Amino acid sequence: MEKRAAGQPAARTIMTRILPLLLVLLFALPAAAQDAFLDALPGLAGGFGTQAEAVERLGAGGDARALPVLRALSDSTLRKNGSTVILPDGTDAATGRPADTAGAETVRINNRVRSALRGALGRLQLVSAHADERYAAADSVFRSRSADNVAPLEAAIARESVPRVKERQQLALAASRLVAADAAVKRQGIATLGEASSEDARALLLEARAANPDMTAEIDRAVASIDSRLTFKRAAETLFQGLSLGSVLLLAALGLAITFGVMGVINMAHGEFVMLGAYTTFVVQEACRGIPWLLPWSLPLSVPAAFLVAGLAGTALERGLIRHLYGRPLETLLMTFGVGMILQQAVRLAFGAQNREVLSPAWMQGILSLPGGINITQNRLWVIVFSLLVLGLTLAAIRLTRFGLEMRAVVQNRRTAATMGIRTGRVDALTFAFGSGLAGMAGVALSQIDNVSPNLGTGYIIDSFMVVVFGGVGSLIGTLVGAMGLGVLNKVIEPWAGAVLAKVAVLVIIMLFIQRRPRGLFALKGRAAEA
Amino acid sequence: MSATTAPAGTTRGIPARQILRGAILIAILLLALLPLLNHLPADSAFRVSDFTVAVTGKWICYAVLALAIDLAWGYAGILSLGHGAFFALGGYAMGMHLMRLIGPRGVYGHPVLPDFMVFLGYRELPWYWLGFDHFPYAILMAMVVPGLLAFVVGYLSFRSRITGVYFSIITQAMTYALMLAFFRNDMGFGGNNGFTDFKQLLGVPLNTQGARAGLFYAALALLAGSLVLCRHIVGTKLGRVLVAVRDAESRVRFLGYSVTAFKLTVFVLSAVLAGLAGALYVPLVGIINPGEFAPGNSIEAVIWVAVGGRGTLIGALLGAFSVNALKTWLTSVAPDLWLFVLGGLFVAVTVFLPRGLIGLFRSAAK
Repeated sequence: MEKRAAGQPAARTIMTRILPLLLVLLFALPAAAQDAFLDALPGLAGGFGTQAEAVERLGAGGDARALPVLRALSDSTLRKNGSTVILPDGTDAATGRPADTAGAETVRINNRVRSALRGALGRLQLVSAHADERYAAADSVFRSRSADNVAPLEAAIARESVPRVKERQQLALAASRLVAADAAVKRQGIATLGEASSEDARALLLEARAANPDMTAEIDRAVASIDSRLTFKRAAETLFQGLSLGSVLLLAALGLAITFGVMGVINMAHGEFVMLGAYTTFVVQEACRGIPWLLPWSLPLSVPAAFLVAGLAGTALERGLIRHLYGRPLETLLMTFGVGMILQQAVRLAFGAQNREVLSPAWMQGILSLPGGINITQNRLWVIVFSLLVLGLTLAAIRLTRFGLEMRAVVQNRRTAATMGIRTGRVDALTFAFGSGLAGMAGVALSQIDNVSPNLGTGYIIDSFMVVVFGGVGSLIGTLVGAMGLGVLNKVIEPWAGAVLAKVAVLVIIMLFIQRRPRGLFALKGRAAEA
Repeated sequence: MSATTAPAGTTRGIPARQILRGAILIAILLLALLPLLNHLPADSAFRVSDFTVAVTGKWICYAVLALAIDLAWGYAGILSLGHGAFFALGGYAMGMHLMRLIGPRGVYGHPVLPDFMVFLGYRELPWYWLGFDHFPYAILMAMVVPGLLAFVVGYLSFRSRITGVYFSIITQAMTYALMLAFFRNDMGFGGNNGFTDFKQLLGVPLNTQGARAGLFYAALALLAGSLVLCRHIVGTKLGRVLVAVRDAESRVRFLGYSVTAFKLTVFVLSAVLAGLAGALYVPLVGIINPGEFAPGNSIEAVIWVAVGGRGTLIGALLGAFSVNALKTWLTSVAPDLWLFVLGGLFVAVTVFLPRGLIGLFRSAAK
């Protein structure tokens, strides 16, 4: 503004002339409004007709002092003494000083006043200092559908700075225009609603269609435009939810892809390692409570902590027990199930059976609004990013590090690897620790979107195994594709089959899929496949 | 897979096998006495409470389930983590019959529809409920439904050579999916409340000593019958092929046997036994709900077999009785400890006692 004005002297002189005028107006405005407030106030003490009129005037005036008065009126806590209106706290609404309450009576209202009151309250809240209240006000104005709201809404939109609220106000404005008497204004409303992508706007238009037979064509066009956008929005949101579920499955299954897929050890306690990770997050958070500046960063701190805790638990399990059962997968399955049971009960006794609350740091909260009305919860977005990051790190660890090389060597041929000087026992322990640590990291992510309870892991273990089997045992890329595929499939089926049947359907689909490709999507080829 | 047919050891001239057989016979006779002792006057020292009869009856049903698992796992090497589902399906079939028998005695007093259907606004009986008012049909369904499910799952799995842990995971997913499905109200199986409040069976009111004793003997007969059947199977050529499949599946296939058919036969048979056990279990405990499908139940049943010693049949019975006796005692004395003990049993029996209690007994007898 400043810059442009400097380049245009003519405009600048106009500005300098108009500015004082504007300032005068600005100062005069509250005074005028105050007068309007004081003028309208005694009307509340009159008959129902007078009351309704006074309510309308108070609502139109936009004075902040009218809000408590109208609220009290709608709660039936407003009293009157002659023409003096008394607030619930006993003060004169006009002067703010204690009023004479002797002989005061409650102001009663009828339905006409009540409906005027709703619109007026909505309009007054449009100027509230809180964005949430303004949003709610726009919402209620949207629903009240009165052409009188057009002017206050236009004023509110001009002032509004929060995009979310502004969008809602524009919708409300369009809705108010829809019931205006002027056909041109009506068309404007229809056009604006047609650009929205909400069910409300659609319902509103359909309603208006019956009332305005002359505008059917325009309305139909607007509805069709909403529909196409809604379809896109739904598809996008389904995709996002699917990817979100998929990323959770990926996190939970990644560790399993290492221990089960690469090592061939079936670890039914894997879900409990996930649960341990979630509880580590909780413990780290509680430990950070004493240090206020650290608290927002407790979640990133939990990631290495959970990796360590679950990794150590995994090492202990592998060295202590699983090692003795190599080559006996069914026994390993049963044994680890028992270990999972013990871990679950131990955590239940230590932390209690009820859910523990893990807070989301402020930078993870909130909703990200994409164009087209697509809403994405930020913490789920973070989980997706985190899962891909973990996948990348895992791939790098296996492909690029010395440990990864040794691990692959042991998997391909244990005896040759041992002959080459690789300490296979140590590699086994490290691999298992790595897979378990990944489970712990999954727990950190799950603590953000699921309840942290002792049986957190049981809900994921079966799905994770399905992911590994579906994607192809021994293939991390298969795990990625399997997890995302199952996640999206689940969410696509969900809308018309319900969450439970979607799960059942996915299980059935997997079973049938295995018929065609018993070794999964990305099957290992050659010798390793028969190992 | 260690060999399970250990040479029979001897103690002072009597073969260990005969000692075992005698012990089983005595145990079964003692069990058969329980309902009679229930009839003694209340102040008698030998009187057995109603609770004991019901609980023991429940264990007998569990023992049949364990036997079914042992037949598939111990002999054919098929570790199913979904046998609880077959058990529960059998239970639901019997539960449907019992619900139909309530008739107009329900809370809403509807002549045909069970209470939960009236509550959920059903107009008429769903088609799959028809016929369940006849007892033979219900018993038939308690065998057919689990058998059919086992056939489908088994056929699809064995045909594509899904073995070992993969099959275990598939069956676990199966029981998990069924649990989710049965929790739904619109399935027409009572949702998460399942069926309860049964009144009578075969014209006998359920909550009587006589009915309990009848069910108890029915369960005992089922157990004895299953044991004889399983013993017969493992003694025939079929049993030998099964053991061969367990120990070297590929070789059996290369020898020209249809491994799929053998595995499928034993798996379906095992599921039918589990279904029958479930059908007797429901009137004994008086309730069936989707919780019976929980994957944990199936795997717990597997551990009974492991504790007793798999591939022995007798071990399955021994395990089912001993673990459940321990559970009943411990959950009343120290409920918090039970899961530790159960988890510990899983670990101990797989790592330290791979041949179970029977193995322990046999090596002691040597």
